[in-house]
Amino acid sequence: MEHYLSLFVRAVFVENLALSFFLGMCTFLAVSKQISTAIGLGVAVVLVQAITVPANNLVNTLLLREGALGWLGLPDVDLSFLGLIVYIGIIAAMVQILEMVLDRYFPALYLSLGIFLPLITVNCAILGGSLFMVERGYDFGESVVYGIGSGLGWALAIVALAGVREKLKYADVPAGLQGLGITFITAGLMALAFMSFSGVQL
Amino acid sequence: MAANLRQLLVEPIVDKNPITLQILGICSALAVTTQLAPAIIMSIALTVVLIGSNVVISLIRHHMPGSIRIIIQMTIIASLVIVVDQILKAYAFELSKQLSVFVGLIITNCIVLGRAEAFATQNPPWPSLLDAVGHGAGYSAILVSVAAVRELFGAGTLLGHEILPLVKNGGWYEPNGLMLLAPGAFFIIGLMIWGIRTWRPKQKEAADFTIRDGHPEHG
Repeated sequence: MEHYLSLFVRAVFVENLALSFFLGMCTFLAVSKQISTAIGLGVAVVLVQAITVPANNLVNTLLLREGALGWLGLPDVDLSFLGLIVYIGIIAAMVQILEMVLDRYFPALYLSLGIFLPLITVNCAILGGSLFMVERGYDFGESVVYGIGSGLGWALAIVALAGVREKLKYADVPAGLQGLGITFITAGLMALAFMSFSGVQL
Repeated sequence: MAANLRQLLVEPIVDKNPITLQILGICSALAVTTQLAPAIIMSIALTVVLIGSNVVISLIRHHMPGSIRIIIQMTIIASLVIVVDQILKAYAFELSKQLSVFVGLIITNCIVLGRAEAFATQNPPWPSLLDAVGHGAGYSAILVSVAAVRELFGAGTLLGHEILPLVKNGGWYEPNGLMLLAPGAFFIIGLMIWGIRTWRPKQKEAADFTIRDGHPEHG
């Protein structure tokens, strides 16, 4: 249990996908003008991340990893080179399924997430989460925790940035820095703040 | 027509730079730029994938049903990335370890899908090729310059060769560790955007909200 807790805290704060690995930056910078949209996108990322990381973990352990096809009587087959294309396929499929399920059972949530769900397919934070899971060799339990944690960390970062940017419009920013430039600097300062978590160990 | 083609090639380098103006493909620009060598490899990898995907997608653009085009594009891009990834693993194993997941993340790099969607699906192969080369060059220009600044001031070296003699080797330069950390990358790109927009004022964004002068006599 302690192990999972520490993994969770590390995924949310220390190894924040957005601020220390720069994943999902395009959406992070482009969709952070308002807190309400940022929350919508954040929720969508948490949902998708919590589903796709464990799903890709199963695919990796049961189908792709070296020796994973042992249960089929093919212990020498190593399909790990197919990883990238399979993961992105799974992510696209999962997002599609999630969209249909939400549309059928939670129409209110579906409407509020709107355009964000399909966009998430090409968000590098999602694919990045799966690739990190494979690279670090998490087992199934760890991948569930890591999926939820990394999604939450990303959501936290984008909501915080949106909060800062909403206030920022009252600031007198030099003309050349207006918009994208000052957003970069703000994200840099936030990354600096998040680095203070880096010594935390549970 | 010739002038148009030239524009396709040259415009994305500064005037329509994918990173500093279109906010595309930023993730990798920040992550792989702590040193110059991985940044150069990454630029080459992305440019190769971009050229491949733009040309292939442009060749089959008349045969792609609109409703499943994204999946087709993703499949083409993912296959190209796998090829590049395998080549890197075979011939530059150390660098490919250093780039870690970021080669794989070229799949979700918005520049690749963005150009495929916005340009290659509507244009013949030759202009698409030029467009890809131009955007690859624009991306590479930013990546290489950010990496050069970070490696030079963060470690005093360029491509591993010592340029600024370090204090610990008997020189005078005390390396600035911030450059190698995540925040340093944000600051450098932010300042770079400031520089480019001062040089090319057309790119400046209008403020959402203007602050009125506080003194009544100024109106």
